[in-house]
Amino acid sequence: MKKKFYHGEGRRILKKNDQSQMDSMERKVLIELLYQLADDDFILAYRGSEWLGLAPHIEEDVAFSSINQDMMGHAAMFYQLLEDLGEGHVDILAHGRSSKDRKNAVLLELVNGPGHYLEKPKFDWAFTVVRHYFYTQFKKIRMESLKNSSYQPLADVAVKVNMEIYYHLLHWKTWFMQLIDANDEARNRMETAVQQVFDEFADVLSYGPNGREIAEAGFIDKEEIITQMWKHQLLTVFESVNLSIPIKIKTKSGKGREGFHTDDLAVALSILSEVYHIDPAANW
Amino acid sequence: MNKNLVLHALHEVKDPEIDAISIVDLGMVEAIRGDDSKLVVELLPTFMGCPALDIIRKNVEEKLDRLKVFNHIEVRFINDPPWTSDRVSDLGREQLKSFGIAPPPKKINETGGWEVGCPYCDSLYTTMENLFGPTACRSILYCKSCKNPFEAMKPLSTMM
Ligand SMILES: [Zn+2]
Repeated sequence: MKKKFYHGEGRRILKKNDQSQMDSMERKVLIELLYQLADDDFILAYRGSEWLGLAPHIEEDVAFSSINQDMMGHAAMFYQLLEDLGEGHVDILAHGRSSKDRKNAVLLELVNGPGHYLEKPKFDWAFTVVRHYFYTQFKKIRMESLKNSSYQPLADVAVKVNMEIYYHLLHWKTWFMQLIDANDEARNRMETAVQQVFDEFADVLSYGPNGREIAEAGFIDKEEIITQMWKHQLLTVFESVNLSIPIKIKTKSGKGREGFHTDDLAVALSILSEVYHIDPAANW
Repeated sequence: MNKNLVLHALHEVKDPEIDAISIVDLGMVEAIRGDDSKLVVELLPTFMGCPALDIIRKNVEEKLDRLKVFNHIEVRFINDPPWTSDRVSDLGREQLKSFGIAPPPKKINETGGWEVGCPYCDSLYTTMENLFGPTACRSILYCKSCKNPFEAMKPLSTMM
């Protein structure tokens, strides 16, 4: 058995390889964190997949599909960790849970824009680029921290996810920089999108009602540390493109970590589960 | 347990997406353990969204079953250590090239760019067309020397 030590808060927290090494509170908050990780990637991968055939050009279509596939893979890994902790089968965890049981941040469930993807959608590419870029930057910092998680199976998954999102981050950052610098109209639309995303981003950064316990068990660094690092990364990029929007983050539409979601999520889940119930054995 | 026998069988399991290269030369085989009553093979998944993983597991089980040596065979995917692109063997790199895919670059520069040689003419005068190719593990490039588009395996490293 591996025995690694984690240095956090000046204490040494013993690495845990399975749930027998945890008390009931630790187990409970670990499960909560895993639902946040899994549900975040799951719903944003779905929103991404709705762009299929509608992205600005064919190369982007290929790239975006590949990113969505990776993200679904990441969600599946986190659902697998939940299955290993006795939460049920991965497919049920991904497709069989209702809106109020979901722990994803509300920002990630919001529609890509007005219109249904089958009938004349008016999807907002600026909003998509900003949402994906800010989220992926956050995910990168979150994974870096999880690499030192006191729960070893989660740390192992984080190492793998972290390598793959290197490419995602590169992709979205490139789009962000290009559109911000393109022309006045593009810049205006991007600035509106940045504001929109900031208005919901506090929910993404939140660990929910048991945030303190999650960090104290050494599963991940404290919320404030991750938030600081995320802001710092964004500020550096903002400065390089002379963007002076203050980073004022809010939760406008709901609190996803507590199960308070928008109708957008319920609609998305009913479409997803329709597809799932037609052929539950299909690969997703 | 005859490890070489197992390894030989595993050499016959190819990547479903690139059938020129075996999972051994891809660096996916981490451990072969157990005895004749129970064999355990531990594999490392390459990219996680890769739909080929289930096919690989099935093919491994089939090939090993055909040896008629082991009573029980268990094939597991593990995440520690993580698969990285430097695990591809030298033979594997040649096999990728013969398939028209540039092997993963050995180093990445500061801006995340990498230098890739054309698998057809070895020229370094190439440009990245799309970081994301038809599958999770490949990118699309273009050779300005022989004017051929080609694919390259993306580097994956824990330093990223
Ligand atoms: Zn060439």
